[in-house]
Order: sequence, then structure tokens, then C-alpha cells
Amino acid sequence: MVTVRLWGSLAELVDGKREIEITATNLRELLEGLGEAYPALKPQISRGVSVAIDGRIYNDTWATPINETSEVVLLNRLVGG
Amino acid sequence: MSQIHVKTIINGDASEFLCAADETLLDVLRDRLDLTGSKEGCASGDCGACSVTMDGRLVCACLVLGAEADGTEITTIEGMATGENLHPLQQAFLDHAALQCGICTPGFLVAAKSLLERNPDPTEEETRYWLAGNLCRCTGYDKIVRAVLDAAKIMRETA
Amino acid sequence: MPKDEFTPRTFSVVGTRPLRPDGIDKVTGRARYGADISAPGMLTGMVLRSPHAHARICSIDTSVAAAMPGVKAVITRADFPVHPENNGTADVLDNCMADKKALYDGHAVAAVAASSRRAALDALATIKVVYEVLPHVLDVDEAMKLDAPILHKGRKQEGVPADVSDNVLTRTEYGHGDPEIGFQMADLVIERQFKTAATHQGYIEPHSCLATLGSDGQGDLWVCTQGHYMARNTCAEILGLDSGCLRVTPSEIGGGFGGKTTVFLEPTALLLSQKSGRPVKMTMTREEVFRASGPTASTSIDIKIGMTKDGTITAAKGDYRYQNGAYEAMNGTLGAMTGFAPYDLDHVNTVGWDVVTNRPKAAAYRAPGAPMAAFAVESVIDELAYKLGLDPIEVRLKNAAREGTKSAYGPTYPAIGLEATLKAAKSHPHWSAPLGENQGRGVACGFWFNFGGDTCVSLMVNPDGTVSLSEGNPDIGGSRAAMSMMAAEELGIPMERVRTIIADTAALGQNEVTDGSRVTFAVGLATIKAARHAIQIMVERAAMTWGIDPEAVEWVDGAAQPAGPNAGKHPPMSLAEIAAIASNTGGPISGHFEVNAEGAGVSFGTHIADTEVDPETGAVKIIRYTVFQDAGKAVHPSFVEGQLQGGAVQGIGWALNEEYIYGKDGTLQNAGFLDYRIPVASDLPMIDTAILEIPNPGHPYGVRGVGETGIVPPLAAVANSVSRAAGVRMTSLPMSPPKVLAALKKM
Repeated sequence: MVTVRLWGSLAELVDGKREIEITATNLRELLEGLGEAYPALKPQISRGVSVAIDGRIYNDTWATPINETSEVVLLNRLVGG
Repeated sequence: MSQIHVKTIINGDASEFLCAADETLLDVLRDRLDLTGSKEGCASGDCGACSVTMDGRLVCACLVLGAEADGTEITTIEGMATGENLHPLQQAFLDHAALQCGICTPGFLVAAKSLLERNPDPTEEETRYWLAGNLCRCTGYDKIVRAVLDAAKIMRETA
Repeated sequence: MPKDEFTPRTFSVVGTRPLRPDGIDKVTGRARYGADISAPGMLTGMVLRSPHAHARICSIDTSVAAAMPGVKAVITRADFPVHPENNGTADVLDNCMADKKALYDGHAVAAVAASSRRAALDALATIKVVYEVLPHVLDVDEAMKLDAPILHKGRKQEGVPADVSDNVLTRTEYGHGDPEIGFQMADLVIERQFKTAATHQGYIEPHSCLATLGSDGQGDLWVCTQGHYMARNTCAEILGLDSGCLRVTPSEIGGGFGGKTTVFLEPTALLLSQKSGRPVKMTMTREEVFRASGPTASTSIDIKIGMTKDGTITAAKGDYRYQNGAYEAMNGTLGAMTGFAPYDLDHVNTVGWDVVTNRPKAAAYRAPGAPMAAFAVESVIDELAYKLGLDPIEVRLKNAAREGTKSAYGPTYPAIGLEATLKAAKSHPHWSAPLGENQGRGVACGFWFNFGGDTCVSLMVNPDGTVSLSEGNPDIGGSRAAMSMMAAEELGIPMERVRTIIADTAALGQNEVTDGSRVTFAVGLATIKAARHAIQIMVERAAMTWGIDPEAVEWVDGAAQPAGPNAGKHPPMSLAEIAAIASNTGGPISGHFEVNAEGAGVSFGTHIADTEVDPETGAVKIIRYTVFQDAGKAVHPSFVEGQLQGGAVQGIGWALNEEYIYGKDGTLQNAGFLDYRIPVASDLPMIDTAILEIPNPGHPYGVRGVGETGIVPPLAAVANSVSRAAGVRMTSLPMSPPKVLAALKKM
């Protein structure tokens, strides 16, 4: 199981849980698992999220490995100038 | 509307063109004579990207009518280097990394050349005030001012 | 991506200051920007724009215009063939050409292509648009109220409460701990509201493009843009084209700063070209750039911070309300994520609101959303330090985020350089230099993310031993030089033997926009990998020539050589020697690398500003300014300095002069460089820089993006400086002379 930390307003969509657990070994499994386990998160996931894994930010790469000990934090999908 | 016949000297070469009465010198240079080194950043004389000299006087080509160029001598950025030899100001801009995107660079070079023709040994403050009509959004002006001061020094030493 | 981990090494090219390869073209006027190119038979395209801030478009009659001599095409929204399914793309189309409503002063409603600019202007003047003028709203706090005029219905995202209007599209909350507990532990709590005006990126080159599109859907677009792949994909989606049939070539770009990360004219130019059967060139006037491109958000921000007597921050709260113009943008979200990012906080809560108003849609502007947030946060920290009698740098050092800190936006930081910039600032002579009368010194920190994204590089080894490198990101600040340097470093040849070009969309795969400070990081990474790919092939060719195993060959100083005594005695074969016989050893040699460069790092900076306030006029003069920023590894230090100086000066303009000024009727009153005053040379001193190099663990050379962070601290650094010089806390930007004078009089 991987512990995923949600930002505040996402937590409100899943009964105030700031952390949820998902079975996932990579980014694809994580994003799919989140949407299945918590349909309320689906609109935001389809709009786009960034995922910080051990302090580094990932957006797309399905195969990005996630360990059970990884720190996983969902972020709004970032844009830059 | 009939067009106006204008005879002028541009970068040392005799040049003739027809233009409409409301056409600016900048429009003529860019659209009729293919001298696109002078840039249009504002068309209101506020940014200096179209700086050229007219009978030795620094002007914004967007504030001069094409018809007004009749009988005058115009120098643009395209007339600054001599063949493959860059003007010391051009070289100094390269040496000091005084350009990033480069859109304002032709205007700055023409304006700076005009400064050094009048004042070969300007202070930093004089340089900043002379160039205050030229906008640059990339550099914060630091390296531009350094390049102009350095070129002035080189030009004094080799004069 | 462990394989990319930074390994310490010495460099021979990276870190030097060679002349830029695009330099001679740019100092002689030869470089070709968006408006500098023409095509045979070309028409001029121009846009008719709404004079109203908010109006229903009842009807548009273009019949007179269409019949005028020289007019070859007239279009309105009805001529656009498809309605994009994607909300974001639909918004882009709607911003390019209004549908049922004009949402801001300057919103495009029709366009013509004619044989001359005069003919096009005359035609625009005959187009009859019947508007029903609607109430408008420009201010973020007003727009959030339930009785505000509403721009779009049904776009509120989940999580936005019912007690705010439909103009509020998103509400985002970040943080951890419980600030209420933290505030009780504080010796001093300060809560203040801050306002910042909308500003514009102010690139000197207006948007411009030259479009050709045939009835068969094949087209070419020449455009000044930060992302020609973005331009291609967006135009294809809006016009229902196959993106592969549309070739987009980027011009030299005369500044962007985030403002050229979307399209404004391009779909219209392509459609006009298709309708007229002729190439169409469109160039915005400066007035159009101000009215109808993408400025930044204006903001209203509440910040509350508690601090103990020894300078420890016990709790922090922020409410960031951002006015994003007429369509969805996420500046407020980014403000909420970044404001407290420099600090190690036990109790922090931030809420970001993204709100639409009747203004042009905010585009990205260098670290979008972050400078305003930093202004508010750093101002309160400065005031707390001042009132508690503490050194403002010591206070920041005491609370500084470092490796292992849980950031205010969630993740735990890896190695970061904030402390290093603060320590460098503290020990710099600037910090201890004496100040004169009416002068003040301000300090502020700033944070911004780095981006990666889709990136392609191809590297060709030519028969004469030179190298041609193609990248797909417009060169906005010297990236061709930086790529040539990194390729030369890796290949072991002089930089002058590598020429880098920006390839068109048909030459390389997808590339993310030049944004997010990503190019030197991500394209640099792909360049290094493409070079390594070419080296691998060259090593194989040398091994084949020598009849030994490739494993027994290594690449040293630009040549293949046997890896050890057991590999046999062969003199090294240089890159040029291998290239010369490439036809004999299997054919041309090239390396390439395609990647989604994920896992980019973060960046911090600290700025010191000295200002002098004229008590008679309220005018503020910048006396001295120093930037401290972590670059990871500065590939070309002069260009890095240039990024830091340019960012600082844009921030100074934001702090002191720049603002969008609207009339009561909702129309923009200062759409020109005379009245929208960006800093000029005589406003400024030299901008000193100190580049720190704390390697980015995610890049082979340790490179971090440097482009954006430089604009984050200056709003606050200047405000803190002015507040100390004037003896009164300045909470509203710009700190224009009348505002400063009014604050002085209130004391």
C-alpha cells in the first residue's frame, strides 16, 4: 500500500481524509486506483494533477516507480511562464 | 490616393520609393525596402525599437513620415557594420551578453552610436538617460549600459 | 530517475562565457522575428475588437466589408468549423474570437484579410456589430460576491462553496497542522490585507504570424511563440485539422515571459488564409497587445503570521484571491502553493481562489502567481521582524526550509539552496552598507518550481566532424548557446563546432512549450543524452575499425580510444576522423533522445533592495539591488546573470510603476508604453548578482532552471525597503508616487 497525501480541498471530497491508501507500484496504478476507489477525485484527476514522489514532481510517466515507503503527494497540475 | 515620390540616401546608398501620405518611415523601411532590422514595438515613439538617424539626428522611425525622408540621409542598424567588421558597439553587445531576445538590440545600438558621436566619454548616468527612450524587457539594462561604456572606452583608445 | 543523478565532475565548456551563436544576426538586424517575414501574394489580416467590457453580441453584419475592394476574406466566430470538446481549448478559441458574448474590452469579434493594412482598416470600420451591453466586473473581491455580474454559468469546480458567485471557478486549499494552535504559541501575530495590480509581461515584440492554409488542410505557420508545437496542436484542434498537416516554424522571439504560451491570432490567420486562398500576415499593435493578449492576475490577499520573540514562526495562514480575466487560469492556486514554500512551518493553511472577471484572460507571467504571494507573505515576515527587533535575514534563516522540510504545499524537499542564498546575502557587503536619509533596505525570499515535459533533441555528426543539433524549443534567452555548450562538453569538441537550430514541428517529435524554466534543464538533459547516443555509435564504429569489441573502447576528450592495455594498441580516433569514414563504417552518424523529462526540482532566491523615498513627491528610486539565486550549475554564467537581472527589474516595475488602469466603463485606459510605464535605464542602478551552485540531483550536470524565480522576491524586497524608508507599511502595488505620498501623509 502507498500512502497518498491530498491537498486540503481534495480531502474535503473524500470525507476530510488528508491521507488515503492505495495499492500501486507506479504512477499509472496510482492515478487509476485513486479514481476507482474515490470517484469524487475523478474530475480533478482528469483535469490533471502533478504527483510529488519523494520530493520530485511527476506528471505523466506511467512507469514512474512508487515504493511503499515513498512519500506521495498530489498537487494541482503545475503551469509555468 | 496618389503616392509620394521620395528620394533619400539610406545607409550611404541612394534610394527612391513611393509611399502614401500617411505611411511612416518605419513602414517604408520594413515593408517597402526590406530593411526589417528596425522593429515596431509600439508605433508611438515610446519603445525606441525603430531608432534610426535622420541627417545625424536620432529619431523613432515610427514618428517620421516616409515623405519627410525626402532629401535626407537615413542610417539604420543595417548600416552599422562595415562589411564583415562589426562596429565596436555591436562587438561590445556580444562580449557583454547585452542582449537576450534581441528585439530591442538594433534600436539600442543605433541610439548608443548616436550618444557616442556626441559624447565619446559618457558617464553611467548620462548613458542611462540617453538610452531612457529605448525599452528592454529582458536584461534590466545592466549589461547594455556596461557594453556601451566599454565600447566608448575602446573607441576612445583606438580613435 | 536514478540514472540521471548528478555526479560531480569538472567542466571544460560548461561554466564558460562564449559569445552567443545567434549574436551577429541580432546585432546587425538580420535576425528574423515574427513580423520580419513576407510571402508572395500576402494579405494583411486585422481584428475588430469589442469596445465593451461585457456585452451580448446580438448580430454582426460583415456584408459591406466583404464587398469592399481589396478585401479577400471576412470571418466571425460563425466561420470557425468546430467546437473543441476540451474545455481549455474551447476557452482558447473563445478568447481568439468571441462567440455569444464579448467578455472584455478588446475581445475579438471579427477579422478581415485585405490587400493592404489601409484596406483592412477601412473594412473593419464598416462591420456593424449590435451589442447589448451587460454589467461588468473587474475587481476580484467584487467578482466573488453573489450579486456580481456573471461571465460563465456552470463552470464552478467541485469544492467551491455556494456562498461565492459563479465567477469563482476554483478553490484550492493546501497546508498542514492547525494554525489556530500555532497562533496561540506566538508572541506577536500580524494580519494584513494586500493588493496588487494586474501587470503585463511587456515583451517588446508584439504577437505576429504569417499563415498559409490550403483547402486540403495543409498549412504552414510562421509565428513568434514560446511553443510552436503548442501553436500547431491548438490551431489544429480549433480548426479541425490534422496536426501533421500543419507545419509551424518559430521565428526569433522578441520576449515572451509566459505571455506567448498560448495563441491569440494564429487560428484566425489560418482561417483567413484558407478563405482567401492567400498567405495572411497578422501583427498586433501595442494597444492590442495590452488590451487583448494575456496580462497577469491582479490580487487581493490576506496573510496572518504568528512569531515568537526569538523569531520562530508558529503559524501561518493565507487567503489568495486572484483575478484571472475572462477565462479559467490557476494563478491563485499557484499563489497558495508558493507563498509559504520558503519556510519550515508546523502549522500552515493556505486557500487559493481563481476568479474570472471582464478583463483579458491572464496568461502565464514568469513564475505565474508566485510574486504576488511572496509580496504578501514576505511583507508580514518583515513587519514581524521589525516589530520584534530582529534581523530580517536571521528570521528567515531561522525558519528556512531545507532538505527534509515538509513544504507548505505538501512534499518534503530534497537538497535545496534557500539557506545558501540567505547566508550569501547576510555576508554580502550590500547587507551591511550604510544607508542615507530617506533610504531603506528590504530583503525577501522567493520560490518557484522547475518544469520538465516532453522534449526531443537530434544531434547529427557531419562528415567534416562538425555537429548539427536540432531542438524544438524557441530560444528565448540563449538556449542555442547553452545546448551547443552542453553537446560540446559531452562530445569533447569545441563549442564552435556545434551549431544548434530550433527545428520546425515536422522535424522533431512533440516538445513542451518554452516555459517553467524548463529549457536548460530538460532540453539540456536531452542534449546530453543525444550526445551520449552519438558517442555510443562512434565508439562502435571505432571498435569495428580496430576489429575489437565496443566494450573495450572508451570516449575521452573527443576521441575513441582503447579502454585499456588489453584492448590492443590503437591511436585514438577523433570525432572528426570517425565522421570522415562514417560512409565506410555503416553510414551517417546521429544521436537522438526523446523524453518526458519528469522529476524536475525547485528553485529559491533572496533579493536585497535599497530604495530612497522622496518625501516631497512620494517618488521611489532604487539605489542598490542584489540578487542571490541557486542555479544548480550555471551553464553560461552571463546568461544566468541576465535572467536574474531581467527578472528583478520586471519585479521592480511591478512594485513601483506598472498597472492596468480601467475606466468606470470597464475599458482599459493605459494601453500603451507611455501610460503603462515599464522601467527604463535611467530608473535603475546596476543589478548585482550572486549565482550559487547547489547541484540539482536530477540533472547530469546539476542544472536547475533559473528563468522564473528572479521575479518572485522583488515585489516584496522593494516593498519592505520602501516601508522601512518611509516608516509606513506599504500594502498595495504599485507603490506609485501618489500612493506613497498618501501613506506618508497618513502617518
